[in-house]
Amino acid sequence: MLQIKNLQAGIEDKPILKGINLTVNAGEVHAIMGPNGSGKSTLASVLAGRDGFDVTGGEALYNDNDLLDLAPEERAREGVFLAFQYPVEIPGVNSAYFLRSAVNAILKHRGEEELDAMNFLKAVKVKMKELGLGEDFLKRPVNAGFSGGEKKRNEILQMTMLDPRLAILDETDSGLDIDALRIVADGVNRLRSDDNAQVVITHYQRLLDYIVPDFVHVLHDGCIIKSGDKSLALELEEKGYDWLTKEAA
Amino acid sequence: MRADTDTIDEFVASDYKYGFVTDIESESLEPGLGEEAVRFISAKKKEPEWLLEWRLKAFRHWEKLECPTWPHVKYPPVNFQDISYYSAPKKKGDGPKSLDEVDPKLLETYEKLGVPLHERARLAGVAVDAVFDSESIGTTFKADLAKEGVIFCSISEAVQEHPELVKKYLGTVVPYTDNFYATLNSAVFSDGSFVYIPKGTRCPMELSTYFRINAANTGQFERTLIIAEEGSHVSYLEGCTAPMRDENQLHAAVVELVALDNAEIKYSTVQNWYPGDEEGRGGIYNFVTKRGICKTNAKISWTQVETGSAITWKYPSVILKGDNSIGEFYSVALTNNMQQADTGTKMVHLGKNTRSTIVSKGISAGRGQNSYRGLVQVGKKATNARNFSQCDSLLIGDQCGAHTFPYIEAKNPSANIEHEATTSKIGEDQIFYCNQRGLETQDAVNMIVNGFCKEVFRELPMEFAMEAQKLLDVSLEGSVG
Repeated sequence: MLQIKNLQAGIEDKPILKGINLTVNAGEVHAIMGPNGSGKSTLASVLAGRDGFDVTGGEALYNDNDLLDLAPEERAREGVFLAFQYPVEIPGVNSAYFLRSAVNAILKHRGEEELDAMNFLKAVKVKMKELGLGEDFLKRPVNAGFSGGEKKRNEILQMTMLDPRLAILDETDSGLDIDALRIVADGVNRLRSDDNAQVVITHYQRLLDYIVPDFVHVLHDGCIIKSGDKSLALELEEKGYDWLTKEAA
Repeated sequence: MRADTDTIDEFVASDYKYGFVTDIESESLEPGLGEEAVRFISAKKKEPEWLLEWRLKAFRHWEKLECPTWPHVKYPPVNFQDISYYSAPKKKGDGPKSLDEVDPKLLETYEKLGVPLHERARLAGVAVDAVFDSESIGTTFKADLAKEGVIFCSISEAVQEHPELVKKYLGTVVPYTDNFYATLNSAVFSDGSFVYIPKGTRCPMELSTYFRINAANTGQFERTLIIAEEGSHVSYLEGCTAPMRDENQLHAAVVELVALDNAEIKYSTVQNWYPGDEEGRGGIYNFVTKRGICKTNAKISWTQVETGSAITWKYPSVILKGDNSIGEFYSVALTNNMQQADTGTKMVHLGKNTRSTIVSKGISAGRGQNSYRGLVQVGKKATNARNFSQCDSLLIGDQCGAHTFPYIEAKNPSANIEHEATTSKIGEDQIFYCNQRGLETQDAVNMIVNGFCKEVFRELPMEFAMEAQKLLDVSLEGSVG
């Protein structure tokens, strides 16, 4: 599904990613861990197409097509979803309207029938219940005045509604208490299937107690320095990153 | 980030689709302003002596005035001698008695603008008066309105048919000495709309005037007078467009509203005069004085969506003279490219328990400059006056500007005045967030802008709200790539 080969990218002249290699197949969950500043969020941003990052080398293929060649909205419509580390507030735009527009943009791209207001509400209310979101949520402006936990749950709600093939979760666990964490993880786990894949970026091991990864990768200074299975995450929890980064140096 | 400004630059290019010129023979007064011009206009309109005198008084007063420099706008001085003060489509004989006698080319113009004047083609429920350059060319639904006693006609016609009403109210809200442009208008106003709603009557349909400047080097000076007798109710809409021309054209209108006891006037404007090109060449100078007076328990509500004009300078105001009267002002002003707007309102609380609400939404894109200027004044006797003002500015890109100049003067200690202001920017992060959810950039911008303006659009009559929303979308087309 996703093949990243020797990907190099940075901001202006400052290199951040220095040759990432990663293959994600359908049905897999990959966790990317690493200390602050190792390039985790940059990787997520580059894959989603955020402005301001220059790709200086390598490639990323998504279903055998050049992902980096697509505009951000085209990537989204092709099924790439990014759950933001810091979800953006859009005052004045109501959440229901925003989400329905997004769902319909993607349905339209897939050549499927767009949802009218009634059918959309029906569908979204089921998902909201699962995520423990109250109904007033739909009437509120997108993320505006939301608590940290509400914002993250909103990301998961959007993800569930948009039904992506490849979901990238950028530190979705940061700032969540244990109950919210469990709800978010449940949301992610429900989405797991043989047709789609998830890349979970996290700083801490604890999210991986709930979202159990097939692979764990450690990112350091723009490179993946170690890959393993879920036991690697536990090892990191115990020993910290130092032993690995020293090894890499 | 570098890429940010590129995308925003692209956002700021859009086409003005009402820029065509109608090729029609018109009768224009030679450019220049003097007593002769004033006399010419008055004679052309077969006006009574008192009106000519009033015009001349205004003209003599105007000669003593200086062009105001306090608005936060920049433009070269206007040479008032270069402007023609009267232009009208040439008529055969005494002028059209009904729309069937109107030159088909004129009707075609309004069809193109989306304002079909033929009554059968009108959406049920809206009566239209159309003003082409200096002349009103026809008013629809006149007969239906007359049944209710409602008078809706051009002001020239009102001067002939209802001189007592015009004489009683003209200049009572905006006196001819009011300000530079209002005084000029008093001297040379050519046409405009006149509305009279009799006591206790609820006007059965929306009334609407469509203003069009066509001729080159012509100023448009219309004057609108709306009188709502005790306990009556009317909703009035105005729309405006002009051809694309390289030179600037002057539009200096005056609107006077009189809401007597328990009456209500709702006045909505969708202003889309030609804004000039991307470099700021051409466009309309829109210098307008709009004011209403409320008697006891009366209510006046101004709603405006301003997307056009090179320069907009207007402050629709309400004098809350009667006790318990209510004034409202809802505004969306958009400036793109080189457009400048200095707009806002004045709420003058004189009566007891008077209330006013101000909601102003300024949107700046390109190199546009947008200023809100508002005055809330509470007189000595206005006990328990209340005002709530909310001024929000939205910036698109980093070359535009938003400015707020609120003035508050309270002479009664019981006054309760609230002012809230915010400035926000459509950020690249918001756009990216929308993109990441599958939305096009343009749709994202429109969504954010419309969300920002929601509180004002809600105040517009339904079909106007749709039009206003579309107009904003078009005006911002290409602003972010």
